[in-house]
Amino acid sequence: MAASVHKLVRKDGKKAQNILAPLWFLLPALILVAIFIYYPVFATANMSFKNYKLFDQSNIFYNGFENFRGIFKDLHFHRIIQNTILWVSVSLFFQFFIGFGLALYLKSKFKFSGLYQGIIFIPWALSGFLMGLVWKWIFDDNLGVLNDLMLKLHLIETPIPWLSNANWAMAAVIIANIWYGVTFFVIMILAALQGVPNEILEAAELDGCGKTKSLMLVIIPYIRPTLILIILLRVIWITNFPDIIFGMTSGGPNEQTHILSSWLVQKITYDQDWGSGSALGLIMLGVLFIFTIFYLLATRLEKESEGE
Amino acid sequence: MFKVLGKATKITVLSIWFVFTIFPLYWMFLTSIRPVREVTKKFYYPHANSTLDSYRTLFKQYAFGTYIKNSFIVSFAASAFVIFIGMLGAYALARYKFKGKSQIMLVFLVTQMIPGLIALAPLYLLLSKVHLLNTLFALILCYVGGMVPFATIMLRGFLQRIPPELDEAALIDGCNRFTALFRVVFPVALPGIAATFIFAFVQCWNELFLAMVLIDSDANKTFPVAERSFIGAYYIEWGGLAASVMIGIIPTVVMFGLMSKFMISGLSAGIVKG
Repeated sequence: MAASVHKLVRKDGKKAQNILAPLWFLLPALILVAIFIYYPVFATANMSFKNYKLFDQSNIFYNGFENFRGIFKDLHFHRIIQNTILWVSVSLFFQFFIGFGLALYLKSKFKFSGLYQGIIFIPWALSGFLMGLVWKWIFDDNLGVLNDLMLKLHLIETPIPWLSNANWAMAAVIIANIWYGVTFFVIMILAALQGVPNEILEAAELDGCGKTKSLMLVIIPYIRPTLILIILLRVIWITNFPDIIFGMTSGGPNEQTHILSSWLVQKITYDQDWGSGSALGLIMLGVLFIFTIFYLLATRLEKESEGE
Repeated sequence: MFKVLGKATKITVLSIWFVFTIFPLYWMFLTSIRPVREVTKKFYYPHANSTLDSYRTLFKQYAFGTYIKNSFIVSFAASAFVIFIGMLGAYALARYKFKGKSQIMLVFLVTQMIPGLIALAPLYLLLSKVHLLNTLFALILCYVGGMVPFATIMLRGFLQRIPPELDEAALIDGCNRFTALFRVVFPVALPGIAATFIFAFVQCWNELFLAMVLIDSDANKTFPVAERSFIGAYYIEWGGLAASVMIGIIPTVVMFGLMSKFMISGLSAGIVKG
């Protein structure tokens, strides 16, 4: 299709322009990406080898790997790594399966399904930080509605220290994150499901496939490239999403609910230790690079399946 | 028998998720209409003594009118810009074959794994060098820069769906590439553009950390940053916070609610096929 357009332009005798035209179109985007995304990466890499504290600007110097050493030796480092893995894997697991289930239910229209969809999509339109605060209010140890309800229903004898105990707090932030992220999967999977051609489903039905069978043998293989892609995108996104934790616990109690990204925010905003924050950012980038390899593999997979 | 059971399960699952989704917002709403003195007392039903005091506080004691205005300016401007720039890039990627195209796609795709948070410190320093700190313009620039890759990739998906014969016809009719794009392709791609716009708008409206780092003065604060003024060192002003949450979610929820149905079809055309 592009070839025919080329011919057209060549007839006008604008061959030279033809080569440069797409680059002119892309130039603004490329400049912005260079300044606002790639330059910060290099600046961060540079800063991560410096002693750079915002409140002590007369004392900035290269200090080798000191920032990295500081991070690995940090008292809470192991806990934060554990938390990050837990945060990503548990959130992802529930978001995916709940999202998938809801998408399957929503695929066939029912009365008020449009309204229902509109309402359960709401979390996605909300600020993670604000919703972190909302959940903090619900989970509050003494004043929270959750403890109060559970006490009244005699599910518990004493209030659960949701936000003052490290492990309960971790559970609480993950529950809030599941609440927040299911919508993404519903939307994406629903979109993918609607892309499955009806003829394939009808053919499967004619061949005697039941609902479960056609799901496992027809629908899932068909949307598999999309699923791979959105899961990987989501892993990256959840890793880089400190907003809910920032709102609910700010990493507390005693830094026990930090994940890598919320720790980074704390280093940049509260501690104002930009050298250490940059080193942490670089480490995160390295960790995510492993996922990028998967990500690129997955997009290639998707491209191949596009030729069907 | 199985059918009835299946339907019962479906209704139960959907209801449970509905309640779970809506409860935090319902609870925030109840908190926002309670008399401020009673906020920390437990109760579950809206009483007769409900009041809008917390909402009044937002605009009298705090300058929430300004914060909301700031957020609107930043979100609209950034989303509009990113659509314009993204459309140009997407058009090139969807319509031309040229050397280095896949490398440019890679440049955009790789950005998706870069944690935006690492840009906080470098962008602060960069913007202070050009004396743009503490301005809404700086925030708009940063948001546009950060969103360009996703917008370009997404819009490219939509443009690929539009038959190229359409712009060919426009070129024959005397349009150049640029006018063909904005006069002929743009209107046809409108559903996809609207979906991208909403994504961008929601992202800007909810962005906290850049706004926190780059904006210092009260007059230029955006909505999520202002939210933090309810959080004191020792206690949180739950009444005011709840009221502001209820107000802050209106724009994005309305947008989403109106567009949710059509976003799905837009997405299945764009991202899935992209």
